[in-house]
Amino acid sequence: MLSIKNLQARVEDKAILKGISLEVKPGEVHAIMGPNGSGKSTLSHVLAGRSGYEVTGGSVIYQGKDLLDMKPEERAREGVFLAFQYPVEIPGVSNIYLLKAALNAIRKHRGDSEVDAMDFLPMVKARIKSLNLDEQFLYRGVNEGFSGGEKKRNEILQMAILEPSLCILDETDSGLDIDALKIVADGVNALRSPDRSFIMVTHYQRLLDYIKPDVVHVLAHGRIVKSGGPELAHELEERGYGWIEQGATA
Amino acid sequence: MHYAEHYQTVSTGLPGQSLPWLQALRTAANIDFSTRGFPSPREEEWRYTNVTPIEKKRFIPEIKVSDPSAAAEVIQQYRLADTWSLVFVDGVYSAEHSRLTGLPENGHVLPVAEALERCPEKVQSILQQVASRETHGFVAFNTAYFRDGAFIAIPDKQVLEKPVQILHVSTQPQGLAVLRHLISLGTHAQATVIETYVGKHEAACLTAAVTEVYLETNAHLDHYKLQSESERSYHFGGIYAQQKTSARLRQHNAAFGGLIARTEIHSHLGQAAECDLDGLFLASDRRHIDTHTILHHHGAHAISREIYRGIASERGRGVFSGRIVVDPQAQKTDAEMNNRNLLLSDDAEIDSKPQLEIHADDVKCAHGVTVGQLSAESIFYLQSRGIDEASARNMLTFAFANEMVEKVRHDGHRQQVRDALLANLPQTDVRGDWL
Repeated sequence: MLSIKNLQARVEDKAILKGISLEVKPGEVHAIMGPNGSGKSTLSHVLAGRSGYEVTGGSVIYQGKDLLDMKPEERAREGVFLAFQYPVEIPGVSNIYLLKAALNAIRKHRGDSEVDAMDFLPMVKARIKSLNLDEQFLYRGVNEGFSGGEKKRNEILQMAILEPSLCILDETDSGLDIDALKIVADGVNALRSPDRSFIMVTHYQRLLDYIKPDVVHVLAHGRIVKSGGPELAHELEERGYGWIEQGATA
Repeated sequence: MHYAEHYQTVSTGLPGQSLPWLQALRTAANIDFSTRGFPSPREEEWRYTNVTPIEKKRFIPEIKVSDPSAAAEVIQQYRLADTWSLVFVDGVYSAEHSRLTGLPENGHVLPVAEALERCPEKVQSILQQVASRETHGFVAFNTAYFRDGAFIAIPDKQVLEKPVQILHVSTQPQGLAVLRHLISLGTHAQATVIETYVGKHEAACLTAAVTEVYLETNAHLDHYKLQSESERSYHFGGIYAQQKTSARLRQHNAAFGGLIARTEIHSHLGQAAECDLDGLFLASDRRHIDTHTILHHHGAHAISREIYRGIASERGRGVFSGRIVVDPQAQKTDAEMNNRNLLLSDDAEIDSKPQLEIHADDVKCAHGVTVGQLSAESIFYLQSRGIDEASARNMLTFAFANEMVEKVRHDGHRQQVRDALLANLPQTDVRGDWL
């Protein structure tokens, strides 16, 4: 699915990613944990193609293609989805319009016809219900005036409708209370399938209680310093990041 | 001043020949216009808008009987269903295309020229009531030359059940349309008036329209204007209102068309009057679109709210002026003005000039102006959902403007404003079927 080799990136003159290597197979869930400033969010942004980051070395191959060579929209059309840590508010564009425009852009790329309105609305309504969101939500501006929890659920809604192959969740748990966290986790779990992979970037272990990862990586100072099974997350929860960071700088 | 010279040759064709008071008014206005001319950029209120091309061009003031059938298609497109309509083609009233059946019997909704025959004293009581406060050449020009217009006088307590649409279509190259609309609502009367200005592609003409609005105590007018004239035309529109005690005016103005276009909206608020000015302009291509507003609080306890959004793309230039004047006796005035602007290219320009002139000490006045660009963050968000950059930009531009479109309460007019907006976006791939 995704093969990252020795990826290095910087923002202006500051090197943030200093050689990251990661293999994600179809159906796998990888958690990337690390303290603030370790480069977690930079990694997700670089994968999604945000401008302002300069890749200075390494490669990212996604489904056999050079991901770094693609524009952000091409990556999305090829099945990469980034759930934002801070979803953007876009007053004046309704949620339903964005969903439709995005789905049609992706379908067009695949050579499919535009989605039929008769099929589209029931599908969206079914998903919106499972995320415990009000239907009226569809007709409001994208994320406009939404609570933190609503914004995160909206990201999951988009993900559910666009059916990506690689989902990158950037701090999706931040700012969520436990109920909202459960809803979001249920939404993600419902999307797990043998041909869909997840990269979950998170500071805390608690999200991983609800979405069980296959592999946990610890990022510190722009490098993956430790990888292991789900038990690694628990160890971090108990011991903090200090012991690993020390190992990384030593 | 070739326009003034022409006056002698055309004046005999203008309506109201048998009315000495009107003849005197027109003569005085023509003298005023001859000395003054069209406004010059040396005048502070015209600093950003140079109308010398109008002076240089020879728009033809001769009254020609234009062929309304040539405009039929455009009229079909823009005449709103479920309204009474007064349709004008190149400044001339078209009875054939207008729809005035079923009007209440005691009110007046008819062309000004006809009103000058049927109820001249009524016209006299309204004409120049409000516009006489305006002192620049366009208003004098309009008073001297107006050929026709809409006359809407609603008696006390009457509520007009359907909107009145004033639809003007320009068809002639070099044509000159001079319109004077008069709207007067009696005590507690209510009405909705929609002014629509459109033109055929080849019409490089001048439209000069002045609307006088007189609202008696507790009257309520919803007024809309859409200016979507052809890309080579010139447009001047002045909407001048007087609001008596507790009268309410809600004005919504959308401007997209013309090569050089200016709309003035000035309202004088009496005690406890309320005025909402909402507006949107998009100066695309090489257009120059100017909106000049004044909210003058004369009486105490009046409330005004003004929200304008402007966009300039390509080599377009948008000008916005928002002045709030509070007289010494207008205590407890509550006035807010906000103007947000979006610049879409390096060659585009926006000049925004907010002004507060406050002469009372117990008032609440606020104003804010911003000029910005599309947010890179938002563009990336949309791209990350599979939408290409050009479409993302267009979508965000549309979104910025659409919030103002949504303020239009009349469905048909809102659709027309939205269509005009979509047609003028820098890229044309955003779909009109916004849900």
